[in-house]
Amino acid sequence: MTETVHIRGSLRNQLAITLVGGAALLAVLIFIIVRSYAAQIAQQGQDDILGASVTSILDAAVIRNGAIEIDFPYASFSMLNTESDDRVFYAIYQDDKLLSGYPNLPRASVSTGMESDFRTELFDATAIRLATASRVLIGAKLRTNITVSVAQTQDALSGTLNRISRNVGLFGTGFFLLTTLLSVWVTSTTITPLRRLTNSVTRRGPQDLSPVVRHVPAEMAPLVSSLNNLMARLDQSLKQSEDFIAEAAHRVRTPLATVRSHAEATLHRVEREDNRKALRAMMRAIDESSRAAGQLLDHAMITFRADHLELHKLNLVDVVSDLVTRLSPIAEMKHIELHLHGDMSVVVYGDPILLQNAFRNIIDNALKYAPSESGINIFVHAKPRPTVEIQDQGTGFPPNKMSELVARFSRGENAKDTIGSGLGLTIAQDVATAHKGTLTLSNLQRSGACVTFSF
Amino acid sequence: MRYLFVLTILILPRLALSQDWEDEQLFGPENPGQTLRIISSTDTSFFEPIISGFLQANPRIAINYFVTSTAQIDATIRRDPAAFDVVISSAMDLQFKLVNDGYAMKLDDINHPDWAQWRRSLFGFTTEPAAIVLNRQAFSNHTIPQTRQELIQAMRARPEIFRNRLGTYDVRESGLGYLFATQDARTSETFWRLMEVMGSLGLNLYCCSGDMIDDLIAGKILVAYNVLGSYAAARKDDDKILEIILPADFPTTMMRSGFASSHTMLPETAEAFMRYLVNVQVETNNRSGFPLPPLNPVKDIESRSTISLSPALMTYLDALKKKNFLQEWENAVLQ
Repeated sequence: MTETVHIRGSLRNQLAITLVGGAALLAVLIFIIVRSYAAQIAQQGQDDILGASVTSILDAAVIRNGAIEIDFPYASFSMLNTESDDRVFYAIYQDDKLLSGYPNLPRASVSTGMESDFRTELFDATAIRLATASRVLIGAKLRTNITVSVAQTQDALSGTLNRISRNVGLFGTGFFLLTTLLSVWVTSTTITPLRRLTNSVTRRGPQDLSPVVRHVPAEMAPLVSSLNNLMARLDQSLKQSEDFIAEAAHRVRTPLATVRSHAEATLHRVEREDNRKALRAMMRAIDESSRAAGQLLDHAMITFRADHLELHKLNLVDVVSDLVTRLSPIAEMKHIELHLHGDMSVVVYGDPILLQNAFRNIIDNALKYAPSESGINIFVHAKPRPTVEIQDQGTGFPPNKMSELVARFSRGENAKDTIGSGLGLTIAQDVATAHKGTLTLSNLQRSGACVTFSF
Repeated sequence: MRYLFVLTILILPRLALSQDWEDEQLFGPENPGQTLRIISSTDTSFFEPIISGFLQANPRIAINYFVTSTAQIDATIRRDPAAFDVVISSAMDLQFKLVNDGYAMKLDDINHPDWAQWRRSLFGFTTEPAAIVLNRQAFSNHTIPQTRQELIQAMRARPEIFRNRLGTYDVRESGLGYLFATQDARTSETFWRLMEVMGSLGLNLYCCSGDMIDDLIAGKILVAYNVLGSYAAARKDDDKILEIILPADFPTTMMRSGFASSHTMLPETAEAFMRYLVNVQVETNNRSGFPLPPLNPVKDIESRSTISLSPALMTYLDALKKKNFLQEWENAVLQ
């Protein structure tokens, strides 16, 4: 019973994609943030040095004899030495007049007393970082404003940034890979209980409708409880069906038996030949109906019982000999003898009611087709597999239709004048299947049919 | 060198009209494919072996070699950057500023120690200490001073001997002299005391090492301060007259440096020449025939004697600083 399952998406994929996507997003975010932060810090570093250089030049400015003198230290420029040999430019202004340095250097206007001004400009077709600060000098007759700009190219800075970018890029990639591994692990861990539940449900026998007792994560509790609920209801309704069938069997069989006994009683009293003939026909029809109803109900009962197979340890020989005892009167009426052969004890695990039913149907069949004054041999063996073999001395199965005989309501061509519903072998077959056994039909070399029920 | 010959040029090239060269020579074949123009402060005799070696490997190239003062080199390149392909000078500060100001081409393929190059543009190729050179006659019966302090004491002890017979660079004219003087002044106050003592005794000022050594040999002066030891050592024949002292208190050592002009029309040739020059000068073994001292393979970082190629070199080139320094120098020297 495979129903089409409509699938949309996959929890595992969804989880994995979410986690990996999140990791990728985080890695990119980390890269951008760390890089921009590093850029800020690196720029801050350069600004600090440029600022210190500017300050050291400004601090050296004095008015001597009414003239500006700026004897700035060697360190003012030597501190600007970088790994990448960045170019250095500077300009010193008194008010708006260039005192010394590079005349074309971009000018940043800063008001005195303010913080140093830092900006990135273009000079000589190169990006430069320009620091500017200003200071007022007050002499005897002079009040003047000294502005100093020091600029530097950004080769070392971009070198540092490239290095940082590379490292942060590596770090981000590593983070991403690690997170990806982690998400694969997390995904599979999360999915595992679901898969376990699936396995345990799939592995159940077709009749196992017991609730799931294994521990499941909290998130799966509603699913499992619904499943348990559903199975409980299913079990309930199956039991009801069984009860209904038992009830129906009882209700149909009892009136039929009553009608038959009445008909039989009437037969004894009726003298006229044509009336007796009619009554016999009637009894025959009742027998057929009764038998058919019985078999139908047997079959229905077996179908449901097979779904709830209750295995008991039992001796096959006991089951069969019990049957033989019960069927012997009927056989004697037909002048047929039942012979039981084989081992004394053949232990199997099975449902005794089902097995009895199956063997009874097979023997019934044999009784029907066996000629009078013949014998039916029943063999019970333990080895190689527990087997019950029933052989009659009738006409045997029609060889070309043997596989169809076990189908529901199918009867052999030679059964025209024999009472039967065609369910007997089907029942036996179903019981064999429920016990994971086989039912084999064959014909004996001399005349006769052979049915082999093996576990 | 059969196919090479040296031409002393009599014709006057374009630049010669406007400029007086200390020397100008053309090396190479008669009809060269290219003529590399080198402006330099180094005497031709010092540079000739290097030029010859380069031309031997590149027979289709000729080299026009111009010698002038370091200050002239700086002015010429700033005025007309395309006029020369390679610029060689002993004034590290001026060279540095030219490169800083973008007059040099980046030569990425030249492998050179980091401390001896800047921006892969400026390459130091000699290590040359500033020396005190003495005429031995003046110290025949006296201990030869080994430091500036001892020199001061020697001059104070016998002022009559040294009066007007002392020499040093005129730092107003000589870029190298200015570099040495500013580095000395930066390192120690002794420099100013020495200048004052020398100034008080009467100091002869020179534009160039060569003239100073000539006068030393001739006996016109007895002491020359801050002369390039290499120039003095080159006068091996006058070995007995000259005593070269590398001051033990603190030596000042410079690197001759060169770069390829960013405006050169022959960038490959200029780079090839720079590479050859640097390779020859890094090679310390087998230097016979090369009068130019090599680049010391390891920088003596401990004593910081070699002037670093760093932006600090621009400090004393600042107009205000220079004015101050020259003022002070004149006060000390020209009394």
